[in-house]
Parts: sequence; structure tokens; C-alpha cells
Amino acid sequence: MSHAEKDSFGAKLGMWLFLFTEMLLFGGVFILYSVYLTRYPKEFGLGGHQLDLVFGATNTVVLLTSSLFAAMSVTAIKRGAKQLTLGLLSGTIGCALIFLFIKYLEWSAKFHHGIYPNSPKLIAGPPGESIFFSLYYLSTGLHGIHVIIGGILMTWTAVMVQKGILNSADNVTLENVTLYWHLVDLVWIFIFPLYYLIL
Amino acid sequence: MEHTEHILSYGKLTAVWVALLVLTAATIMVTRFELGVWKVWAALAIASVKSGLVIAFFMHMKYEPRLFRIILFVALFTLAGFIGGTFFDVLYR
Repeated sequence: MSHAEKDSFGAKLGMWLFLFTEMLLFGGVFILYSVYLTRYPKEFGLGGHQLDLVFGATNTVVLLTSSLFAAMSVTAIKRGAKQLTLGLLSGTIGCALIFLFIKYLEWSAKFHHGIYPNSPKLIAGPPGESIFFSLYYLSTGLHGIHVIIGGILMTWTAVMVQKGILNSADNVTLENVTLYWHLVDLVWIFIFPLYYLIL
Repeated sequence: MEHTEHILSYGKLTAVWVALLVLTAATIMVTRFELGVWKVWAALAIASVKSGLVIAFFMHMKYEPRLFRIILFVALFTLAGFIGGTFFDVLYR
């Protein structure tokens, strides 16, 4: 591998093409959400008011900050600041863990109130409410899986930076992993208003 | 593909982050009012501006070759087409 020709233009283009398929995946979920919102506006309103704005807003700030650290890590590695790169990547991973912990608290509170897919309470309630919470778990769950994958990729990248495999001359892998992380942030930029704010 | 690489400064990235936080505060405040359907449009407009900032600066799109922006718009138009087509059916059925 050490003598392999690196084509960072091609690597980035490939990453972007993958990110577009991700946009369409989450776009599909958002279409589903908006169609059911027009069908059950009242039930979606009631459901939305049961979500905790403080959890949602805190996680928005946590993710935006993690994205800042990720973007800075690219600047740091290109300037040859290895320790700073590692510090910023740790910051990103730390934010990912905080995000997941808050999500855990939020979901536990919902489970505690008997709100989870197929729960007796939702089955007995109006169909619009159960659809709202199914979409809530689908969107935040799919997004949460992306956060976990992003955190693992970020850790893997940090190990390669530590070993010097990624450095100021060859760092397209780090760039691509941060691109993936920013996509996770982008998706949350839409989940937050749709579920926590507009209802 | 040898070209001089553009590196974003920490200051500029921090400025983008501050703008994103301000926009987040703005979207929370504006949706606390009962504006009806305008609330939805305001929230989506702010989310789009935030996405634009993330894509342009954090994701470096502003400094990539034009091909990247072309395929970005193809993807966005495709998604807009799906959304438009779906709502044409849902609203006028």
C-alpha cells in the first residue's frame, strides 16, 4: 500500500456521490414525515409537544460544535499539527458520545412514559400519534446509527493520524471521514426543527 | 490533479460556527410564536441557510472544483422533484 498512487480528487468525488445517496435516504424519511404531517396535523402537534426541546436544542449545539472540531482537524493536519489534529478529533468523538448519551436519556424518558414502537399506549391511542412516534424513532434512530458509525470512523482515523499514516501530505481519508460527520450534522439540522420546533 | 490546496483558517471556521449557533437561537425563537404555516417555512428557510453554511465551509464545497457543485445541485433537484411530485399528489388528490 505504501507505493499506491493517491488520487484525492477521485476519493473526494466518490465520497460526495455516497453522501448524495445518504441525502436521498434521509430525504425519503422527511417526505414520509411531511405527508403524514399534512394528514394528521393535530396528532403530530400533540406528539411534538411531548418532545423535550431542551434535549433537542442541547444536542444541536453539541453536534454543531463537533462539526467545528472536525472541520478544524482538517486545517490542523494540513498545517502539520499532529497533536492538535488528535485533540480536535478527540473533541469530535467526545461530542458524539455526549450526543448519544443525551439521546439515551431522551429515549429512556419516552420509554418510561410507555411511548415506544408498538407500545400498548400508542396502539390504544389515535393512529396519527403512533405514526408520529414511529417516524420519530425511525428518523432519530437512523441518525443515531450514523452518529455511532461516524464516531467509529473518527476513532479509526485518529489511530491512523497517531501512526503517521495520515499526515500533512496524505490526509484525504481524514477529509472524507469529516465529510461524513458533517452529513450527520446536516441531517440533524433538519430533524431538529421538524420534530422539536414547528409542531 | 495538482492544484494549490485551499486551507480554511481556524478563525473563519469559528465564525461559521458562531453564525450556526445564532441561526439555531433564531429558529428556536421564531418558532415560539404562533405563526401558523409561516412557522414551518421560517424554520425550513433557516435550516436551509444553516445547511448552506455547513456545506460551503465545513464541507469545503466553496473551494472544490465546479463538478462537485454540479452534482450537488443534481442531487438537490432530484430530491426537490420527489418532494414536489409527492405533494402534487397528496394536496390535489
